[in-house]
Order: sequence, then structure tokens, then C-alpha cells
Amino acid sequence: MADAFTLQRRRRAIHGWLLLAPSLVMLTAFAFYPSAATLWASLFSRGTRRRPAEFIGLENYGRLFDDPTFWLVATNNLLYAGVTIPLSIALALVMALWADARIPARSFVRTAYFTPTVLPMIAAANLWLFFYTPGFGVLDRIGGLFGAASVNWLGQPETALWAVSAVTVWKEAGFFMIFYLAALQTIPPDLREAAAIEGAGRWTYTRRVVLPLLMPTTLFILVNAMINSVKLIDHLFILTRGGPSDASKLILYYVWENAFAFFDRPAAAAMTVLVLAGLGTLAALQFLVIDRRTHYR
Amino acid sequence: MRIAIPAAAMLAATAALAGPAAAETELTMYYPIAVGGPLTRVVDAMVADFEAANPEISVNAIYAGNYDDTRIKALAALESGEPAQLSVMFSIDAYDLIEQDLIVPFDAVIEGEAEAEWLAGFYPALMANGQVEGQVWGVPFQRSTIVAYYNKDMFRAAGLDPEAPPTTWDELVEMGEKLTTDEHYGIMIPSTGYPYWMFQALAIQNGRELMSDDGLTTRFDDPAVIEALDFWRALSTVYGVMPEGTVEWGTLRQAFLEGETAMMWHSTGNLTAVRNSAGFDFGVAMLPGNVRLGSPTGGGNFYIFKEATEAERRAALAFIMFMTAPEQAARWSIATGYMGVSPAAYETEALTAYTAEFPPALVARDQLEHAVAEFSTFETARVREGLNNAIQAALTGSKTPAEALAEAQAAAERLLAAYR
Amino acid sequence: MSRAMPQPSRNHAEAMLAILVALLWISPLVFALWAAFHNASDAASFDLGAPWTLANFRTAWAGAPWLTYLLNSFLLVSLVLAGQLVLTTLAGFAFAQVAFRGKDTVFLLVLLQLFILPEVLIVENYRVAARLGLLDTLLGIGAPYMASAFGIFLMRQTFRSVPKELDEAARVEGCSLLGVLWRVYVPAARPTYLAYALVSISTHWNNFLWPLIVTNTEGTRPLTVGLSIFAAPENGVDIAVISAATVMTAAPLVVLFLVFQRQFVQAFLRAGIK
Repeated sequence: MADAFTLQRRRRAIHGWLLLAPSLVMLTAFAFYPSAATLWASLFSRGTRRRPAEFIGLENYGRLFDDPTFWLVATNNLLYAGVTIPLSIALALVMALWADARIPARSFVRTAYFTPTVLPMIAAANLWLFFYTPGFGVLDRIGGLFGAASVNWLGQPETALWAVSAVTVWKEAGFFMIFYLAALQTIPPDLREAAAIEGAGRWTYTRRVVLPLLMPTTLFILVNAMINSVKLIDHLFILTRGGPSDASKLILYYVWENAFAFFDRPAAAAMTVLVLAGLGTLAALQFLVIDRRTHYR
Repeated sequence: MRIAIPAAAMLAATAALAGPAAAETELTMYYPIAVGGPLTRVVDAMVADFEAANPEISVNAIYAGNYDDTRIKALAALESGEPAQLSVMFSIDAYDLIEQDLIVPFDAVIEGEAEAEWLAGFYPALMANGQVEGQVWGVPFQRSTIVAYYNKDMFRAAGLDPEAPPTTWDELVEMGEKLTTDEHYGIMIPSTGYPYWMFQALAIQNGRELMSDDGLTTRFDDPAVIEALDFWRALSTVYGVMPEGTVEWGTLRQAFLEGETAMMWHSTGNLTAVRNSAGFDFGVAMLPGNVRLGSPTGGGNFYIFKEATEAERRAALAFIMFMTAPEQAARWSIATGYMGVSPAAYETEALTAYTAEFPPALVARDQLEHAVAEFSTFETARVREGLNNAIQAALTGSKTPAEALAEAQAAAERLLAAYR
Repeated sequence: MSRAMPQPSRNHAEAMLAILVALLWISPLVFALWAAFHNASDAASFDLGAPWTLANFRTAWAGAPWLTYLLNSFLLVSLVLAGQLVLTTLAGFAFAQVAFRGKDTVFLLVLLQLFILPEVLIVENYRVAARLGLLDTLLGIGAPYMASAFGIFLMRQTFRSVPKELDEAARVEGCSLLGVLWRVYVPAARPTYLAYALVSISTHWNNFLWPLIVTNTEGTRPLTVGLSIFAAPENGVDIAVISAATVMTAAPLVVLFLVFQRQFVQAFLRAGIK
């Protein structure tokens, strides 16, 4: 009996590993190994003609901490995430409620909200560049109709990051709306009737019934929004290139700059390691919360 | 797994089957222009002509978009041992490419008198960026300077002589004020994309170069340099002839064509595009001077990568010599507005005829006499980024020009100390 | 059309607001559509009375092999999605329903990769792709994304909520492990698959940085890279031609959504996504 039990356990283990194998192979090739290689590379100095690369321990990190630009882009990225994540999720929810309500031209409204999803960011950014251009840009023209002064949205440190964030929110809200819209359709209508009988207003109903039911969807969207707040930098290449004066530079853009413009791979590697550490922590925290708080369905 | 077979490999295979005279040396070149645009066809045609004349060499041109994308792709390829024998990249990347041990000097590749003569045949101002430590590392091809484009109709409307654009800063301000109306500004100098480039022009005109010839010293906090930035800022804050904040590089051409500004400073590389779409009478002029006339050069040079074998280096050299030969240089200049890179190019029939019909194409060449090397030092991208930020900070009013430039200078000092 | 939750909008102001936001959201596309039919100068000057023209489409169409790009994007998205579905299903199932030693440690490792994206590890990933001979192939663009930690996590959570009884019943009937997965778990996870597929398709349809690096030729470049290289604003942006290219490439999907949006939303509904 004990033998059969051991045998079964062993068989299960083999099955488990076999099931995992394809994923583990891919993860090793494109995540674990590159991460380790990056960590290793971050411990060496930049090799030049005069001085070949040598092991310098944590010096690259020390230099990074002394680099005011690093702190600036980190702050920028936090602000960017802090604005785009809640704003695009909230907007997505409102849009979904509208798109689900009985309003005129609903089909148009839905499609309109959805369009940013199919416009690649890189293409959309070119359009937005023309929206933002002072003088003959669309925003300025419209502002001009109301007598507003011309605003150089992308050319001022005070507005550049927000102008970039607005494009991100525009891009993401419509996409996230789809998930909310789908989730809304599954809420049984009798819940609303019951709420109405108890005299609950629309706002109360939304807050007490709809929002809790949408919680799993919100978490799903949240993870995606967080991932995007780090990786969605396509529009920076066209809109501002991180300027003016680094005002709209985000971390991943700075990593790119270090690796491919500054020819400084070790600095880029050190920054990457810090980003990975930060994100890994975030992922672990999130997992703890999600795993405990919700039964994901 | 058919998807995994690179299309290029399949093409190469078919080519090998089709033609028994298979190429002996294969070159991969990274090239910074937009795929599919009219320029691709020009380069493609030039490559095809070269291959026809040199059947033993085949050139695989990878069009990578803009300069940044090209550098990224070329570096990534080199890092992982992918073939890359030559590339056109920013002329100012020379120091970094040398320091990273990625390129070979042309002096080490050329053989014999004729090739030495070829190397000596370019405009000296265009060679400046590629000459480091007494050797030639980059050969000019896609080169430009900054010129002033101006709207002659607006000049007439303002009662100015359309054939007499400003030649000094004082005239620039004076005319700029007359040219500024409710509808349009007098002048726009772009301050995104390549702010340091425009600023360098102003500094040269004020009698100062931003860096030393050895790439080890910058002079951002020199009083004449600060004065140049003061002037740039004053164009909008004091004289009101330029919009406040930064002026976007990418949309400036359109702004000029729209009549948003009477004058713009921009790359000669835009000449053909402006010519094709201007709905008004426009002129091209040398930049005005203060202490002296001047503009930095700009654009891309050919580089040969160190990784290339001896045979590949020779083949690459043959290709570069073909591309920069007077006939080809003339062809390229006419198609784009970039400069003919050697005096011989301007003596060709094609370019002589073209410039006779369209004299603005000569402005860039004439300005070469006053041109200096584009801003480039060791650690050039970082130093430049510091300068860009200082310029933008000053233009947007978040720092004074003196403060901003002092900070940039201090940062540059720190970066360059390691190389002295 | 069945609508589970009609919410009569009580005030017109709200409907107006919804439509206003919709107009705002679609305005870039409308602008592009309008600009695409005018010459660059009229487009930039926003001259509503300007004459219409098809020249931009001719220029844009001749400028790049758009059909190839579209096909590449389509193949890429399908390839990535197929890979992701298979890999994440197998791994998610292992983590959720197969008990073996070391599972928790491995799961933690996978979780740490939740945010590790090929964009962040670009230099090293490029080397790996080069060593595997995957440069300039669709597989090379897609491979780094196939074992998605997010997908594995999602599948694990979904599979864990499948009632044990269903599993046991299938086993009693003599189903193999994979048989159980296929008959019981996969059908139960349909809504998750749909949601995940949407994220995946959208991500890879829009993905730019990594494909930019790994592709060299027209035969492999997806739409985003093609658009970017077509429009590279080295010396200036021609908004009318870019608009034409953008409209041309986005139109098929927008029209598809417009036509199929009911089916699209109902697919979610039927699947019962939460």
C-alpha cells in the first residue's frame, strides 16, 4: 500500500513537471536567464578601449543613486502610474456604465470608446502630436474658438508629463471598458429590482451592489494597468523624447537611453535590476492580496 | 515552423539558386531612412548599380527609420554577433564608437594612392567630425547644415526686401519684429529633437565653439555662450518674435508651410520637402551672424565596423567609395537636399544643372566655408543630453540661461574628467 | 438582442455627457480620417472647406507593403495567442490541481516574473533570440511572450475554482490527466480565456519596441514597426500621409468591431465572465 502511494506520488510529480516543462523552458530562456545575465552585467564596469570591463561590485548602483536624473525619472514614473492607473480604471468603469445604459446612439458610443484599442500607440502618437502642436494644433484651434491662449502642451515642463499621461488614459480607458462592460452584463437584473424595492437609489445600488461584484474585474484590470504603466512608452519616442528637461522621461525610456544612446550597458543593467526588484516586490504583494481576498473567477 | 525561416534567408537562397555567379562577399548595412519612402528607392537604386558593377559583392541594406533606431539596431546586432559590416550613423557618434572599440579607421583600410586621394577629396568641414586622434573614422554621406528658410511673401507684405534676408542678429530681431503679426511669428528655431544643434549655431555666431577639438572640454559657461542662450530666449521674451516654450522639431516644417512663421531654421535635409509643398514663394539663406557667420554641420557618416573581416572591410570600402563618388553624391543631393559631400560633386553635370535651376541648393555648400564640426565629445550622448536639458530649461523659463548652462558645464566636467 | 441589465438613463444630461466623451475619444480617428482625405497643408490648417483628395492614400499605399505588414501582425498575434493558451493552460493546471514537491517554490519564481517584460530585458533577450536563430522571424517576436506569468497565474486561479467533484467524476470515468484538463477544466475556464485573449491580442497588435529591435525586413515587420518606420519624423511629419496610413491600417478592425460588437459583447455574456 505504501509502495502504491509512493508510486502515485512519484507519478504525480512527473506529471506536474511535464506540464510545467514547456513554460519553464520558455521562462528560463526569456526571463530567468536574461534576468540573471542582466544582474551579472550590472556588476561590471563599462568596457572601453582604454579600460576593459572589470568587476566593480555595486559601484554602478552607487552611481545610479547619485544620478539626479534617475530619481527624477523614478518620480515621473510614479506620478505617471499614480495618475494613469486610477484615472483610466475609473473612466473605464464610467464608460462601461454608460455603454450599458439605455442611451441614444449606444452602438456609436461603444465603438467610439473602443477605437483607441485598435490604433497602435505609435500611430496614435503622431496624431496626438498634431493635436498638441501650438499654433495650428487641433487643441489650440479649438481653444482659440473660445478665446483661450495658445498652450505649448508638450513644450513646457509643467504640462509635458500630463499631456503624455492623457494619451495613455485615452488609450487604456476604452480597452478596460470592455472588461467592465462584459462583467456588467452578467449581473442578474433581479438584483436591481430588489434594490429598487428596498428604496435604494441608483448611486447606492451602484456603490453597494455593482462595485463589489466588479471587484475581480477591477483586480484583473489593475494588474494590466500596472504592467502598462511601466512598459507603455511608445508614445514618448514621438511626443517628447522625455523632454523638455527630462520632465516627461519614464524609467524604461531612460533604460533604453542608457543602453542604446549612452552606450552604457552596465548602467542600463543596474537600472533594469532595480526595476525588476521593484516590480517583483509589487507582484508578490499583489499576489498575497489577491490570493487572500478574492476567489478569482 | 515555416514562420521561423527568415524571409531574408529564403530570398538569399532563391537568389543563390537563380544566379550561378553568387556573391563572394556579403555586406549588411544599417541605414537611417524611412523604408518605402522615396529615399529608399534612391538608395536601393544606388545599391543595385553598385552590385551590377561589382558582382562579387552583395549589399543587404537594412532601412531602420531614424538615426536612433538605426543605432539601436546596429548595436544590438553587433552585441550578439549578427552580421553588420557598415552603417550610416550620426557623424557625432564617432567618439563613442571609437571608445566602444566598434569601428576601424579608414586609414587602416585604404590602400594605394587613388584611395588616399578619395579620402582627401571631401569638404574639410564635413570631415571634421569623423577625424579623431589624427585618423579618419567616418566618411561623410548624408550631411547637412542648418539654413534659414524664409517666406518671401511675408517679407513683401512687411515691406521688406525678399532678396535680403537678415545677415546679422540685429537684422534678425529688427526684421523679425516687422514680420511678427497676429497671424504669425517672425521666426521659429526648433528646440526639441536637436536643441544643442541650433544652440551650437548661435554660439558659433557669437564667436565661441561649444567644445574643444579633442572632445575633452566643453565651454558651456563661457560668457559668449551664455549670451547666445540669452539671445535665443530673448527672441520670445524680449522681442516677442518667437513663441514661448519649446518649438517642436517634427512639426516645424509644417508650421512654416502653414505660414505660422516667416522664418525657420532647419536642416538642409528638408529642402526638397519644402520645395515640393510650399504654396508660397520661399527663400533659403545662410544663418545670420553676430560676431561671425556660422553653422554646425550635421547628419550621418559611413562607418566600417571592426567586426568585419579583412575582405569585408575592403568590400565595404569599395561600396562607400562608390556611394560617395561625385555622380552618386550629386544624385543623392538632388533627391534629398542633403549636401554633395565633395567639391567634385558640385562639378558634375547633374548637380550643376540642378543648382542653376534651383539656386537655394547652393546655400548649404556656400555656408560650408563658415561651418564647424557638430557638437561631439567623449560620452557625447550624456553630455549632449545635459546641454539639451539646459537649453530647454532656459527656454521654458524654469532656469536662467546662466544657471542652466553652469549646471550643464559642471555635469560635463564630471563626465569628461575620466577621459583626460 | 438580450440585455441583462437595462439601466434607463434618467437624465438626458448624462447621455449627453456619454456622447460627448465618445466624441472626444473618437476624435483622433475622426481627425485622421478627415486629414487623410486632404492635402497636408489643409489638414494642418484645419480648413474644413478644403477640397477632398485621394492622393494621400496613393502615396501611403505605394510607400510600404501594408498588406504584408497586416498579415505579419495577424500571424504574430495568432502565433503568440496560440502559444500562450497552450503553455499557460498546462502550467496553470499543474499549479492548480497537481500536487508535487517544489511546486510552491516554482510558483513563486513564476510570480516574480509577472512584471518582467521583454522590453525591460531587451539587451539580453536579443542575445538569446540571436543565439536561437530567431532574429527577424515572427517566432522571435512572439517567443519571449509565450510563457506569460500573468497568464499562468490567471489560469491557476481559474482552475482552482473548478469544483473538485467534476474533476473526480471525470477521473472515475477513466479520463487521463490531460483528458480531465481538456474535458473539465478548459470548458470551465472559457471566460478567462476570452478575457486573456483580448488582452493578449490587444497587447501584441499594439506592441512596438521589441518587434522594432528583432525585425529587419519587410517580411517580418508587424504593422506598428512598419507604421513607425514609414512615418519616422527625422525631418518632419507629413500628417496627411500618416493619417492615410493610420486609417488604412486601423479601418479593418474598427469596421469589424462595429459590425460584430453585439456578438462580441455577447460572447463574453455567454461565457459568463466575471
